[in-house]
Amino acid sequence: MALVPGVIKGLGVTFGEIVKTVTKGAATVQYPHEKEAPPPRARGVIALLEENCTACMLCARECPDWCIYIEGHKTLAPPRRAGGNPRSVNKLDRFDIDYALCMYCGICVDVCPFEALFWSPEYEYSEPKIADLLHDKSRLGQWMETVPEFESYEAGAEVKQKKVPRP
Amino acid sequence: MIAAEFPYWATSIFKLGMALAVVLAPAGLTVYLYLFKMVSFMQSRLGPMEAGPYGSMQLLAEVGKWAQKEDIVPERSDEFVYKAAPYVVLLSTFLLALVVPFGPGAQFVDFDTGIFFALAVSSVSVVGILMAGWASASKYSLMGGLRAAGQLIAYELPLVLAVVGVVIQAGSLNMQDIVTAQTTGEIFGWGAIGNPFIITQFVGFIIFLIAVQAELTQTPFDMPIAESELVSGYMTEYSGFRFLLFFIGEFATANIFAFLASVLFLGGWSVPPFVMDAIPGLAPEVTGLAGALNGTTGAATASFSSWFNLLGPIVMATKMLALTFIVYWVRFTFPRFREDQLQRFAWKVLIPLALINITVTGVLKVVF
Repeated sequence: MALVPGVIKGLGVTFGEIVKTVTKGAATVQYPHEKEAPPPRARGVIALLEENCTACMLCARECPDWCIYIEGHKTLAPPRRAGGNPRSVNKLDRFDIDYALCMYCGICVDVCPFEALFWSPEYEYSEPKIADLLHDKSRLGQWMETVPEFESYEAGAEVKQKKVPRP
Repeated sequence: MIAAEFPYWATSIFKLGMALAVVLAPAGLTVYLYLFKMVSFMQSRLGPMEAGPYGSMQLLAEVGKWAQKEDIVPERSDEFVYKAAPYVVLLSTFLLALVVPFGPGAQFVDFDTGIFFALAVSSVSVVGILMAGWASASKYSLMGGLRAAGQLIAYELPLVLAVVGVVIQAGSLNMQDIVTAQTTGEIFGWGAIGNPFIITQFVGFIIFLIAVQAELTQTPFDMPIAESELVSGYMTEYSGFRFLLFFIGEFATANIFAFLASVLFLGGWSVPPFVMDAIPGLAPEVTGLAGALNGTTGAATASFSSWFNLLGPIVMATKMLALTFIVYWVRFTFPRFREDQLQRFAWKVLIPLALINITVTGVLKVVF
C-alpha cells in the first residue's frame, strides 16, 4: 500500500506529458517538411577555397581515416611585385574528400595553414550510390557559398601583420 | 426492429462479418489511438504522421509489411504445433467476443452463463502460448511460454474472483441480466444513474483491471516477453503473418476484455436512466424489479427499446475506449515486475483482496 502514491504520481507524469505535447507541441521536428536550422559552426560538410590551397598535403596527412586525396604540380605564377621573378607555386590537380570515410573530426580544417578549408552546416548530400559521396574539388568549391559568416575564433585579438601583403 | 426472416446462410455470413468487425475494428482503432499516438505524446513526439492524414493508415502499412515477410519455421520445431499456435491464441479472442452484448439483441450468443463462458475461454490463449513456447524449439520461447503459463494461471484467479462480486450483486451470470441489473438498480432509492457496479464493486473493478493487464501480458506484467532477457518470449521465433496473428490476438483481446469490463462495471450498452427518461420512447419497461430488490427472485427483467441495438455499440465503444486508455496508460508508464514480485502480487495481494471483496459483497447482499 505504501507504493500506491508513487504509482499515482507516475501516472500523473505521463499524463502531464500527453497534455504538454497536445497543447504546446512535440519536442521533435517533422524532418522532411520542416527543418531545424543547424548552428553556424555545425560540422555539416567541408568546403574548399581552391585559391588558398597550396597542395601542402597537411590535411591529407593529418586525416585519421585518410579520406582526402590530393594531387598537384608545380607551376610558375606571375611575380607579386613589379619587376620581380615569377613565383613557383603548387597548382591543385585533384582535391577529393570521400564523405563515405570522413568522420567529421575537423582536423583538416584545423591544420590548414592557408585558410583553404571551412566547415559548412549543410547536411543534405546523401547519395544512393556510395561512390557519389566522393566530392571532387569543384563540388567542394560549391559548398563555399554555404559557409556562414561568423565571428572568428579570436574575435578582438591583435591581428598579426603578414610579411607579404596580399591583394 | 426488422421483421423479415433471413436464411441461415445470410445470418451466418452477417455474423461472420460482424465477428471480424468486432474483433478487428476496435483493435485497429486502439492500436492507432493509443499504441501509436498516445505513447508518442507521452514521449513528446508526434508518432506516425506520413501514412494517411495524421498517420491514420500506418497500421495498414504495417500489416502489409508483415504480410510480405517470410514465414520462417525453425528447423527443429514441431511444425504443426508451431504453425497452429497463433490460431489457438486468436481463437480465444473470437470466442470471447461471442458473449459480449452490444445491445439488447446485438449479441452473437446469449448464454445463461455468459460471463462464466467468457472467463473459461479466455484461458484457451494459455494453451496457444504454451504451444508456441514449446514447439519453437528455442530456450527463449520455452522460458517465455512457461512464464506466460504461470502468470496467466496466477492472474486468472483474481480475474474470476473479481467477477464473482459482480455476479453476486447482479444475481445472474447472464451478461444481459448484469446490464439490466445495473440499469434498473438504485443506490439507496436514488436511481438517476442506475447502479453501475464500479461504485459498489470498486475494489473488484481495480482487481479486474490489474488482472486483465496481467492476462494480456501488458507492460508492468510483461515478464513472458521481457525483451531484455527473453528476446520476445514465446513470440521469438515467429515472423511475418504468424507474428501479426499474435499481435492482433494481444490487442484485440485487450479490447474484448475492456468490453467485458464495461459490461460488468460500467453498465454495458445501456445509458444511465436519467438519459433514457429524457428521450421519449427509450425508457425500458421493467418487470420484477421489486422482487429483485427484495432478493426473493432473480434479477429484474426489462424490455428495452430496440434502438439500443444501434445506440449500444456506440456506448460500448465509448466505454471500451475509456478503459483501454487506462490499460495503455498504465502500460506505458510503469517498468515491468520481476518474476517473483509478479507472482507474489497475485497470490499475496490480489487474491486475498478479491476474497475479502466477495465476503463483504455476500454479507451486504444478505443484509440489504
